[in-house]
Amino acid sequence: MTQSHHTEPSPEPQQADSVASPRRFPLRETVLFLGLLGVVLWVYATMGAAYGTRMLVESACYAILALGLTIQWGYAGQFNAGVMGFVALGGFCAMFFSIPVNDAFWNSELPGELGKALLYMVGAFVLVVAATRLNRIGVPRPLRTTIAVILGVVLYLVVISNFREVAGQIESQAGFIGGMNLPVWFGWIIGGALAGGVGYFIGHVCLGLRSDYLAIATIGIAEIIKAFLKNADWLTRGTATVSPLPWPVPEPSEVGFTLARAIYLSVTAVIIAVIFFLLHRAYNAPWGRMIRAIRDNEVSAAAMGKDINKRRLEIFVLGCILMGIGGAVLASFNSLFDPVGYLPLNHTFLVLVMVILGGPGNNLGTIFGAVAVYIIWIMSGPLALSLMEWAANAGAGVFGWDVPTNLDSRALQARVFVIGLLISLVLRFAPKGMLPEKVRHHG
Amino acid sequence: MPLLDARDVHGGYGGMNILNGVNMAIEASEVGVIVGPNGAGKSTMLKAIFGLLTVNQGEILLNGDPIHNLPPNKLVRRGMGFVPQEHNVFPSMTVQENLEMGAYLKPDNVKRMLERVYEFFPPLQEKRHQPAGELSGGQRQMVAMGRALMPEPDLLLLDEPTAGLSPLYMNEIFERVKEVNAAGVGILMVEQNAKQALAIADKGFVLAAGQNRFTDTGAALLADPDVAKSFLGG
Amino acid sequence: MNELIFFINYVVISGSVSGSIYAMGAVGVTLIFSIMRFAHFAHGDMMTFGAFMVLLLTTLFPQAGAAIGIPTPILLMPLAMALTAGLAVGIDRTFYKPLRAHGVKPIVMVIASLGVTLMLQGLIRLFAGTGGSSLYVDDRKEIFRLPVPIESVRVPVVITEPQLYLFGLTIISVIGLHLFLSRSRLGKAMRAMSDNPDLAQASGINTNTIVAVTWMLAGGLAAIAGTLLSLDVTFKPDLSFFLLLPIFAAAIVGGVGHPFGAIAGGFVVGFAEALAVFNWGLLLRPFRDSLPEWLELPSNLAFVGTEYKIVVPFFILVAILVWRPTGIFKGKVIT
Repeated sequence: MTQSHHTEPSPEPQQADSVASPRRFPLRETVLFLGLLGVVLWVYATMGAAYGTRMLVESACYAILALGLTIQWGYAGQFNAGVMGFVALGGFCAMFFSIPVNDAFWNSELPGELGKALLYMVGAFVLVVAATRLNRIGVPRPLRTTIAVILGVVLYLVVISNFREVAGQIESQAGFIGGMNLPVWFGWIIGGALAGGVGYFIGHVCLGLRSDYLAIATIGIAEIIKAFLKNADWLTRGTATVSPLPWPVPEPSEVGFTLARAIYLSVTAVIIAVIFFLLHRAYNAPWGRMIRAIRDNEVSAAAMGKDINKRRLEIFVLGCILMGIGGAVLASFNSLFDPVGYLPLNHTFLVLVMVILGGPGNNLGTIFGAVAVYIIWIMSGPLALSLMEWAANAGAGVFGWDVPTNLDSRALQARVFVIGLLISLVLRFAPKGMLPEKVRHHG
Repeated sequence: MPLLDARDVHGGYGGMNILNGVNMAIEASEVGVIVGPNGAGKSTMLKAIFGLLTVNQGEILLNGDPIHNLPPNKLVRRGMGFVPQEHNVFPSMTVQENLEMGAYLKPDNVKRMLERVYEFFPPLQEKRHQPAGELSGGQRQMVAMGRALMPEPDLLLLDEPTAGLSPLYMNEIFERVKEVNAAGVGILMVEQNAKQALAIADKGFVLAAGQNRFTDTGAALLADPDVAKSFLGG
Repeated sequence: MNELIFFINYVVISGSVSGSIYAMGAVGVTLIFSIMRFAHFAHGDMMTFGAFMVLLLTTLFPQAGAAIGIPTPILLMPLAMALTAGLAVGIDRTFYKPLRAHGVKPIVMVIASLGVTLMLQGLIRLFAGTGGSSLYVDDRKEIFRLPVPIESVRVPVVITEPQLYLFGLTIISVIGLHLFLSRSRLGKAMRAMSDNPDLAQASGINTNTIVAVTWMLAGGLAAIAGTLLSLDVTFKPDLSFFLLLPIFAAAIVGGVGHPFGAIAGGFVVGFAEALAVFNWGLLLRPFRDSLPEWLELPSNLAFVGTEYKIVVPFFILVAILVWRPTGIFKGKVIT
């Protein structure tokens, strides 16, 4: 029903813009991006080129995440509240495939043990699935269900105990299983694929239900992915973190910080350009027209016999793939895989703010939102800290307060509040974002 | 002074008019029936009277006071009851609770009116502790009418009370409508079953394209060959 | 027999504790859903807020409870409930009502509630810091070790004072809620609005009143649940994120819009969690010696480790969405 206030005549110029002819001069875009350029230059001038470039690379990674979310939310109205999980999956793949092989693991008998444990798992799964089909050979249904449940429980306990043992051995003897020493980009692609696979599962379960359920389920899967990556020490070293992760381009030690980061930035820029181009193509192809028809008027699209749910699932999976890729590129850039570092605030809500502020469904707006919000985010920490220090010192001077010692950690909490407030304000006062997506009106 | 007096009503959803000048007046002792082809604006007129859509022109008087564009809860206080065609009960609540909700604005009425409603609709008394959603269509319709009667309205608006009911129940509902009317409640109802409805109508209004086509007593309309030919299927 | 006591301590008691807390949270979620038709994601933080208010009040008046012999946090809880109820109504007026008036999609309300989540969390952390703190400022947490009058049993049944209060208050809340919804005029009006909002309005029921009452109820219950959870463990500003999934799973299992279903759902999820993290090896220990050689039992026979507890509500959620999206008691609104 967001469309209902779209059709109302509104006094705000930005609303009027959204229904203007698509061929007009993109004044709004130009102004916004020039402003953004000015801010970026200001950061470069005050904080130095290495810092500025790092900020740009990170915001580019976030732009990939935001593009993933904008197509889910803006194109298909599917709200993914667990971006963090997909980002973490991507990060894991970037780590796993690119770091060096751990000889201590591979030269022992542990790979065989692990393989056996995994085989047992597959075997147990097959057995349980077979048990659920027993009714086809004449076993009565209640009996079949009982057999399947008991078999499932027992086999699960056997398999998981066996697996815990192997995992414990790996941890004590080899630390963790190490990496694959494959090219970095390989991990990025697998990261996207894995995130897409998980997205397919979740999307499939929640298909046809109200979008609230998808939001709950994605929050859940994100926390589970994080819990797994954090606790599966045999696979990820857990809280011990893995670093450094190799770069696909010359590293800072070879060519210096600024240049290395600039080259990395160009890689991310190419990725974004490719995504942007492909999305643009898809958007104007029959597939995209169908998507728009669904978004603009679900009822008539359904009446035309379009399989809405299937299209939605495709979009959801596509969005998750982008999030996986973005997470992988981000982890490689940070050269660190730290499962504890994945936070809903930094990796879900920040992306959400980027999308709703930039303009859900509008790719250019989303990129603008990503860069702009990331700069605000990065700058808000020091800013809030200095503000609070000033206030605390003023308070100490005037009222004789004891200045709290943990000001910097509290300043970080202020950011949580600001992000929340930003979400609320944007939803209320600019629900279409800075660069509203143009919705064509059918009749 | 008529109980309800609608004069030259224009109205609809948003800026679009569906009603293009409808006139309607009934007395407290009368049953008024609105008939007409699909899309004539029958239900729309009822909703306009009950404040569910905007009246852009004309006026509606209840007991001589203008009431158009007042919100429904104010109209309930002023003595109007409305029974929608669909979704007209609270399905998970018991029959008695449904009726109590009808008297939400007049809690003093509950005891006395429950008895009266059960007198009008004896089947409801037996089923008073059963969820309304489990009742048959005809009984549900009785619950809906009972709920609307709880605040002791002067005027009861019924939107197709017999839609989807078997002929047996249809006649029963029409009987109840007559009884309620005899107890002093003015009735205005929209009906698809035009012949049967006009048979109990003191006043009949034939609408077409959002305007009055014929207005007369029910008996006269039934006897009118023009009405019969165009609107009653010969 | 000792093993059975382990089972009582780790499954029966601990399952009832989380079950009660989830139940009270899920009732709030389901009430809000049935009146306003959106999933309120800030509910966990309302719980945290309630506990935080108790913490604040207890720090201010640490000796209040000693005078009449009950723990101060429990004594001050009604005040915290009122404050949380007020906060809930305030949040609705400020953030949700304008959006409702705009007629936005339910999912936009969900996003708005996520915004509220962050604001509440930020504020609580700003004032309470990020670490944990005990709600027992001046009191001591009583722990009752009840010996079992059987010769061979050496392990006592362990139950704490806040747990007893939790069970008592849960029972009182459930009965109170039942009486409110089935007897009072306002409670019936609430059910009517959940059943058929248009007809409720046409009957003269004031929507704004019902919305406010819903928030007060949900806020009050959230404060109870949050406080007792914090009493049972400790107060932490990020309690909510671990509560969100079990609470929603409970509400959906019970059938959305179905308060008593939500209570049942809360206990289903609570017990499922307790059963899943329970080490079943403990129960099998007496038989260990009589088992054949090849069937050596591993020491840990839990379905999931405690670190993966969150998998349980998620699995329940997915299972119910796949097999019976309307919940075990038929929920009303799910499309």
